[in-house]
Order: sequence, then C-alpha cells, then structure tokens
Amino acid sequence: MPDAPGLELIAQELNDAQEGSVVGTYHEHGQACLIVDPRHILHVLRWLRDTPAQQYRFLAGLHAADYLPAEPRFGVHYELLNMARVERVRVRAALADPGGEELPELDSCVELFPTAEFQEREAYDFFGISFRGHPDQRRILMPEDYVGWPQRRDFPMGGEPVIFTRDEPTAPGWYE
Amino acid sequence: MSSTDTTRGSTEPRGGDRLARTDARVIGTSPVERTAIEEGLEREEELLTINMGPHHPATHGVLRLLVSLEGEIVRDLKPIMGYVHTGIEKNCEDKAYWKVIPFVERMDYISYFFQMEAFCGAVERLLELEIPARAQYLRVIHLELNRIHSHLVWLGTSALDLGAMSMFFYCFRERDRILDLFEMSTGQRMHTRYFQVGGVFEDIPVGFARNLRAFCDEMPSRIDQYEALLTRNEIFLQRTKGIGVVSKERLLDLGVTGPLLRAAGEPWDLRKADPSLCYGDLDFRIPVGTVGDGWDRYRVRVQEMRESVRIIEQALEGMPEGPWIVDDRKVALPPRHELSTSMESLIHHFKLVTEGFRVPPGETYNPIESPRGELGCLVVADGSAKPARVHFRDPSFVNLQALRDMCLDGYIADLIQNLAMLDPILGGIDR
Repeated sequence: MPDAPGLELIAQELNDAQEGSVVGTYHEHGQACLIVDPRHILHVLRWLRDTPAQQYRFLAGLHAADYLPAEPRFGVHYELLNMARVERVRVRAALADPGGEELPELDSCVELFPTAEFQEREAYDFFGISFRGHPDQRRILMPEDYVGWPQRRDFPMGGEPVIFTRDEPTAPGWYE
Repeated sequence: MSSTDTTRGSTEPRGGDRLARTDARVIGTSPVERTAIEEGLEREEELLTINMGPHHPATHGVLRLLVSLEGEIVRDLKPIMGYVHTGIEKNCEDKAYWKVIPFVERMDYISYFFQMEAFCGAVERLLELEIPARAQYLRVIHLELNRIHSHLVWLGTSALDLGAMSMFFYCFRERDRILDLFEMSTGQRMHTRYFQVGGVFEDIPVGFARNLRAFCDEMPSRIDQYEALLTRNEIFLQRTKGIGVVSKERLLDLGVTGPLLRAAGEPWDLRKADPSLCYGDLDFRIPVGTVGDGWDRYRVRVQEMRESVRIIEQALEGMPEGPWIVDDRKVALPPRHELSTSMESLIHHFKLVTEGFRVPPGETYNPIESPRGELGCLVVADGSAKPARVHFRDPSFVNLQALRDMCLDGYIADLIQNLAMLDPILGGIDR
C-alpha cells in the first residue's frame, strides 16, 4: 500500500497530468483509495498501470457498490496490484445516477485489463452501470430477459412476485 | 405426390427458421459468425456450433458452453453461467454481520473455510480487531485442511473426467477423513460456521490433535499412492502433457491466480507475498510449474497438498495456549457460564444475538489465497449492524475467462481436460 503521503503524491501527479481527475482520497485500515471523476477513469488507470514508478499492472478485482442515499450514488472499485512490490491501491469511480431509465455510464477498461470483461458484465448485470466500449455487454448471471437491476439498494429484497401453485386455478397458464 | 411437395415446401422455411433461432443468435453475434469473420472463412465451411451443458457431468456444476467446432477442433468457445445464481450478495445486505457468515460459506461450497476467512478478515479489518494467536493457528489448520479437501475433490473428479475411475474413490476416502475431522472440531462436516468475527467459535476438543496428527502422518503416503497411479500413467500423460498451455503474460492479463498461474511459472501466492494470520511464522514452499500445461497444473496441486500437510503439522506444534476468540464483549459472545452471574453479560449476549454488533462506516477489501486463487471480499459498512455491500472476487469466476485461450485450436476432448484442470466451482461463479 502507498502510505498516506504517497497517496497524496499520486493524486497530485494525476491532477497535474489531467485537471480534476482525482476528486478525493482516503487512507483507512491500511488501504489507500483514490476517488476519481468517472470521465477520467481510463486516464487514471492507464497512468497507474504504465507510469514507471507505479506499475500497477494487475487488476485484482472490480466491484460495484451502491451508496444510496449518498451522492454521487454509485461506486465502481478497481483493486489494482503491483505484484513486485506487493502493493495495492484502490481506485473508486464516483458515478452519479442520471435518474429515470437512463443508465450511468463509464468507460470500459477491457482494453487495459482484459480480466475486466466478466466483472464489468457483472456490474452491468446487477447495477445497470453501462460500460462504454465493452466488447460484449450482456447480462452474465441473471437471465437474459430479466428486467431491473437487482443489487441496487432501492431494489427490494424479495422483489419478485412469486405465484404459488395453489393460485393456478385463478391464474391459469401462469407457468408459461 | 402432391402431399410430398407440400411437406417439402413447408419444411424448408421451418428449417431455416429453426437455424435462425439457435441460442447463438439469441445471445448476440454467434461464435460461428465471429470466427468466420476473424479467420476469413466462408460461412459454408464446416463450423458447427454445439451446446455443452448446463447438465453435463464434466462441467463440475451447472456450466453451459457454446462451442464452435471445425471437425474435432475447437475454434471458439463461450461460457454461459448464472444457472445457480441465488443472490447471496444481495441477501447479505439484509443480515447482521454474524448471520452473513453461514451465507457466504455456501458460495464456493468446496472451500467454505476460505469464504468465511475472507469475510471475517474484512470485518475484523473494519473493526480494527486483532485476533488471538491461538485463533490464528486454529484458522490456519482448518484452512489448510480445507485446501487439501478441495484439491482432493478436484483430483478425484478430474481424474474421473479422464477415465481414471478408481482415483475418485481413493481421493474421497481421504476427503472423508478430513470431513470427520471437521465434524469433530466444529460439529458439521460441511458449512461449519466455525470462524467468527474475532476468532473461532470454539476450541478444538480433546483428541482432535491426536486424530489430526494421525491424518498428517498418513496423508503423505496417500499422496504417494495418487502419484503412483497418475504421474507416470501413460494415458494421463498423453491427455495432459502440452495441453492447454497459455503464456504467463496472458494469464496475468486475464487476472488468473492460484495454481493455474503458479503452474505457468509465476510464484505468486498470497500466503507468502502478503501473509495474513500466522502464515508468516510457518515454513512452507510454493510449488511452481514450468510449462503451464495440464500436467503442471496437476503437479502443482498435488505438491500443494504435501505443503499443506507440512503447514498443519507445524501449526499444530506451534499452536499457543490461550483464548480462541477476542475478549471484546461488543463483538464476541460472552462465555456461557457468565450469563447466569453477570447482568452485563446477559445484556450483551441479548444485544449481540438480536441486533448484532455495529461496524463503523468504511470499506475494505480483504484478499486471501484460496485453493483456486485470490479470493477477495469487499465489505462496505455504513455504521449499522448490517453490511451495506458484500461482494466477492471469486477466483473461479475470473479464471473461467482463460478457458477460451486454453481450448482454442485444440481437440474437443482436451476441452474436458482443460475445464477439469481449471477447477471451477459453479457455486462460487454464480453466487
């Protein structure tokens, strides 16, 4: 992990290279995180991957989270790892909810990290975060024809209607 | 005569319709078309898309593969999963922290101790809890037993896929001894809920150490038996040697970790690189392969079983006396005997069981080395007694992306072998 001053230095250098790309940092429980403007996510990831002093070349994980009621609502976490130094840094793209039927959009990092393909599909599947430039953006774990984004916080638990067998006489053909 | 004509007239459009309604079309550009475009083939060339699974004995679960074949050669492959998705991560958001533990165990149902450790470790990090030394050793013992158990299930079923029937019985014989040990220490054979936030549920019972030592004494000779059956087996060698090789760089790009990466020659193991628990105090080696073919993957896993036995022996020798769970009454249940004498203990017991403990706001990612690679758990806490988000980076889920690279331009029979050596657990993939 970069320590707290190291993290600030990274944020400073990123902001020098691209104005406004890092909007915040935090360092807690021994883990470092950069909170990033979603418009510049590819710039940040590429910089962390390719800058000789950084070399975070392994994307260990990609998670999505819903921070409702906080704003911006969504977070996409990239757990980057430098294997030689055994250092991790987390990048969090803070995505606002455009509201209505519109989906929040983010650039896909599959070009930089091919491992993100399934994980971005998972984030799309459960949170409705659309990844621009993803080669094959479809639902991955939920059924193809599913409607809704089930892991958003405003999606109710047990949000699917269950039709019991005893209701068959009143709702004929419900199983079709 | 006329009736034949009408039949033919009606079958042709129906036939064309049926072709257009293949699954390949429904899920997007069909692999056939994609391969045809990439390789400049005419569509008429003999590419056949077949469906394998979801119910197929060699997919180790409910995995479906769309495979494009040219004769017997695999030209494209698309995994389709989600058949056993049960929304565990969503359900975790509705449970108190301590009730999440048995839930996450059921994701990757072969390596349940690892799921518990990933989750408990993350919550402990959020709470800034240091767990007692004895609990760390007990955890390591159970984790490594679970690793042997997981590799035994893998070895038995994979050898079965390649036609070695008896391996299955030998492996499951030893697996059962491990399950007996789990039953002795935790009360359950599988899904034990043994790890708690702050330590483990209970100390090991009298006689457990003796049984575990007997197991550790016997296990190396059992592994010798497996190796005598497989390592120089002509059929096994022909099926695994030089099959499914993917370069180390490509594996790293695809995020592959665990024995698959080590078989390709990258000595990356979180137990060594970033030791958690008491792994730093134990002496063990990281087996690596050279080529990264199926045989290397087999050798790496078998050697890992030997190393795990060594780790268990050392942990058993070095295990200190002392408490097995933290003394923090705000997190861990008070001992049973205090309930009848201490009012405060009774209150805390009641609050812990009904509401659970609260975790200060924050987020953390806790990676550990599971039998399949890096298993990471993201926990986002919002200050309440329930997590705001639990997400697992499941190694099978990520590793499965490498299957296409392993199988491309190989025989379809090797696909079975590659999938077996990948060791996916569909419960972990679908969650």
